Amino acid sequence: MSLNSRRALLRALPLALVSSLALSAPLAAQDETVTIGYAVSKSGPNATGAGITTIPNYELWVGEVNAAGGLEMPDGSRRMIEVIEYDDRSSAEDLVRAIERLATQDEVDLILPPWGTGGNLAIAPLMDRFGYPQLAVTAVTDKAPDFAARWERSFWMLGGGHDYATALVETLSAAKEAGTINDKVAMISVADGFGIDLVKAARPAFEEAGFELVYDESYPLGTSDFATILNEVQGSGADSFVAFSYPPGSFGVTKQAITAGVNPKVFYIGVGGAFPVYQKISGGAQEGVMSIGGVDAANPAIQDYFARHTETIGAPPDSWASAVTYASLEMLEEAVKRVGLDHAALAEELSTGSFETVLGEVKLEDNQLRQLWWVGQWQGDSFVAVSPADREGAAAPVIPKPEW
Amino acid sequence: MLYLGIAAVSVGGLSVLPFLLGDYGTGLLVGLAGYVTLATAWAMFSGPTRYISLATVAFFGVGAYTVAVLNEVLPYPLVLLCAAGIGATMALLVGLSTLRLAGIYFVIFSFGLAELVRQLITWFEVNVTGTLGRYIFLDLGAREIYWQLLALGVCTIGLAAWIRRSRLGLALRVIGDDETVAAHSGINLARSKLVLFVASATIITLVGAIQAPRWVYVEPSIVFNPTVSFLTVIMALLGGATRLWGPLCGAVPLFLLFEWLSARFPDHFSILLGLLFMAVVYALPNGVLAAIEGLRKPKRNGASKEATA
Amino acid sequence: MILSTLFLGLVLGGTYALLALGLSLQYGIARIMNLAYGEFMLLACFAVFMMFTSWGIGPLWGLLVVVPLGYALGWGIHALMMRPLLKRSGGGGRLEVDTILATFGLLFVVQGLMLVSFGSDFTSYSYLDRGIALLGTTVAANRLIAFVLSLVIGFGLYAVLVRSRWGRALRAVALAPDSAYLVGIDVNRLGRQGFALGGALAAAGGALVSMFQTFSATDGVVFTMKALIVVIMGGVGNILGALIAGLLLGLAETFVAAFIDPGLTLAATYTLFLAVLLWRPTGLFGRAGG
Repeated sequence: MSLNSRRALLRALPLALVSSLALSAPLAAQDETVTIGYAVSKSGPNATGAGITTIPNYELWVGEVNAAGGLEMPDGSRRMIEVIEYDDRSSAEDLVRAIERLATQDEVDLILPPWGTGGNLAIAPLMDRFGYPQLAVTAVTDKAPDFAARWERSFWMLGGGHDYATALVETLSAAKEAGTINDKVAMISVADGFGIDLVKAARPAFEEAGFELVYDESYPLGTSDFATILNEVQGSGADSFVAFSYPPGSFGVTKQAITAGVNPKVFYIGVGGAFPVYQKISGGAQEGVMSIGGVDAANPAIQDYFARHTETIGAPPDSWASAVTYASLEMLEEAVKRVGLDHAALAEELSTGSFETVLGEVKLEDNQLRQLWWVGQWQGDSFVAVSPADREGAAAPVIPKPEW
Repeated sequence: MLYLGIAAVSVGGLSVLPFLLGDYGTGLLVGLAGYVTLATAWAMFSGPTRYISLATVAFFGVGAYTVAVLNEVLPYPLVLLCAAGIGATMALLVGLSTLRLAGIYFVIFSFGLAELVRQLITWFEVNVTGTLGRYIFLDLGAREIYWQLLALGVCTIGLAAWIRRSRLGLALRVIGDDETVAAHSGINLARSKLVLFVASATIITLVGAIQAPRWVYVEPSIVFNPTVSFLTVIMALLGGATRLWGPLCGAVPLFLLFEWLSARFPDHFSILLGLLFMAVVYALPNGVLAAIEGLRKPKRNGASKEATA
Repeated sequence: MILSTLFLGLVLGGTYALLALGLSLQYGIARIMNLAYGEFMLLACFAVFMMFTSWGIGPLWGLLVVVPLGYALGWGIHALMMRPLLKRSGGGGRLEVDTILATFGLLFVVQGLMLVSFGSDFTSYSYLDRGIALLGTTVAANRLIAFVLSLVIGFGLYAVLVRSRWGRALRAVALAPDSAYLVGIDVNRLGRQGFALGGALAAAGGALVSMFQTFSATDGVVFTMKALIVVIMGGVGNILGALIAGLLLGLAETFVAAFIDPGLTLAATYTLFLAVLLWRPTGLFGRAGG
């Protein structure tokens, strides 16, 4: 090979690579199948969250729909689902590009959202531009109303930090009124977007409800040692310990509280408390621990969902966002059945229709799911919902929590 | 003249690519231009001095954060200017205090620096401003971002080429070979290293600033993603950090390969990536360019010696 | 208050030292910057976890299994992966870059294998996590054991390196790899032994840490980085230095958390680290002092 031709080859290589990249994607959808694409974190720091809440539910749902013969269309025909999945490597830039790829290269019929608040916000402008409805489940943000207005086909389904914090304060106020706990609260929060949202809402709410914050500190993401913090909490005289934490910190603080014998009457932790692994983490002493989320454990639809999830995935779902994720997929399925795959019609139906899901009858308000459980508590082997207390299916909170 | 002509034509060609390739292609171009610029800027300092810096993401993240903080207050060009200014100042401070470290100590120091910046920004946001996530609502599409990155990338390669021919570049290569010799031949070690470190860091900061609008939502864990530092190093080394076109030749194939792997094998991406890495180390020890040259050498009778020098 | 903070800081610091001992040996003696170090610790975590949950073998007994396995794995990796690089580099600065790249690749392979075989979920088990009241505070028994063992291993290793003939040979390799062969030392063999010993210590550290810390397949980088900081701070290849640097970091974190602001603990770690490096560019105790 002459030097020149080798050079030409070198120059042509990048172009050839680009075109082979384009071709390597599965060929455009055939008529009989519905292609559904998603990009989630399968490696990197977000892989853990996505692996617990998002991916198992996508797999469960796709498996079930295909086992039933496929996704039902308005004319009653069924089309099998073909999945295109990408790994976003926990990077916003890779995620954005994967969505561009799904929308313009693979031209998938539907796109399911990624895991995490950051991820859902990063793709929202693109989903809007390409016209896909976005059922953002694992995104907790107080700005959900603004976003729903900004991107008309986006749906925000997990509330905001404000909701969770004020509901917790309400629950604790009720206990304070009843005289079961004193008016002192020790509060810690993880220094990331989630922890800050919650703590910002909780501070004024606690004060308004007549609580005194005797300890209020934040700690950096990645902290694994809580011994010093717990030492101070124990000496603070607070009956209530509130940690707006993130796993694995939620687990670390639990383990160390157990061994140090820190036994506040209320023990509340953030994300991770509703995970099935929490029972193992606490060595079976989870009774009475409060956290975010919860499910109506007595509801047969939920019980059935837990059983199917356990059987198919090999582990029970978490009791916060998992059921909501699954419900969002049921909504999508039902909406497709009613109006087909046209994105505008789908978005309209999701926005205005009401749907039968594992969460019960669901109807979005201003493109947001508001029928959520804000505070839950471990009672027996279930993480049951305790707030809003007036909603059907809520359990009465057990305060004080039994000792570890 | 001929070179300038070729350069002008290729830049022109590259800048119309987004119209031909569609949205996904443009997304790829954004990533490519970003990493080529990062790797070239990295190699500008680290190639001749052999200081392996893992602080790339410290500057990259600061750039992105500057945009997130200022995008609603200042017009966009001023925001970029601010980002460059902040990056340069930070690099100057860091450079003044650290460039006497060498070898592995510098490697780890630079990594620690990235983490320290991340922790300090987090603490500041939490305790002083009381928000952590920030939103960037700038009306910039992938195409505009690509053009900016392309321009920056072209400037970076131009600057790198100019430095190689200047006294500064020569001085730095002497430093990389032997610091003692360099000092004895009257080279101002500290100043030469510092100038390059600041230039390289400023460019890296700008890459972060330009890319940030793609992500809409910014928080420290998103912009200070250590993978950026690692990938930059690997790409530059794969191509050959001491050569002008080395980083580009490393960044382009690796980036495309990552893209292909993560799409084709989403479940086994890390395993394949790791194996690939080892293959590079064992099969292409001096980088792609050197390997290609090795193929050419026998025919050119050692004429390429001047290129390796 | 000060006493209990001091105590908690030492216990935490013991964990950090434990993380770092193996890496210190691998880099100090074998001259290999093993970026996959944390992954090897995680492998030990998972191994101990499996033994405990499936066969009821306690992690402390598990040590008897994972430590020799760690040694064997380290030996194998050195023989298969590192030897060609060592041969190629001929002792120059090239080796550093090559080993960083190669072990970086290894990191991804091991992490990927763990993700495929164990999933990405958090893993945890309870073993000896009773509280023990000491000096006005309560510490978990497993943390205390880890602390004591880190001191025992650290000082034991130090004694071996300083007293025994083999230890002196190892230190000679660490200090002067280019001339150690002149006095009849088989540099390659000792380098491999140093690397393998580091692997054994990584396994021990992983097994002990898994008793009290929740871990998942993607956590390796966290371990590696903590270990690196301790190693560099203490002086590369300096066992006693790593021990002291680990304890110092633990103390810094707990004192900042108790008296300044828990939000600044990690910032304090890095500040301390950077300050030490600027003050003494080769670490607190220089390199390979033993």
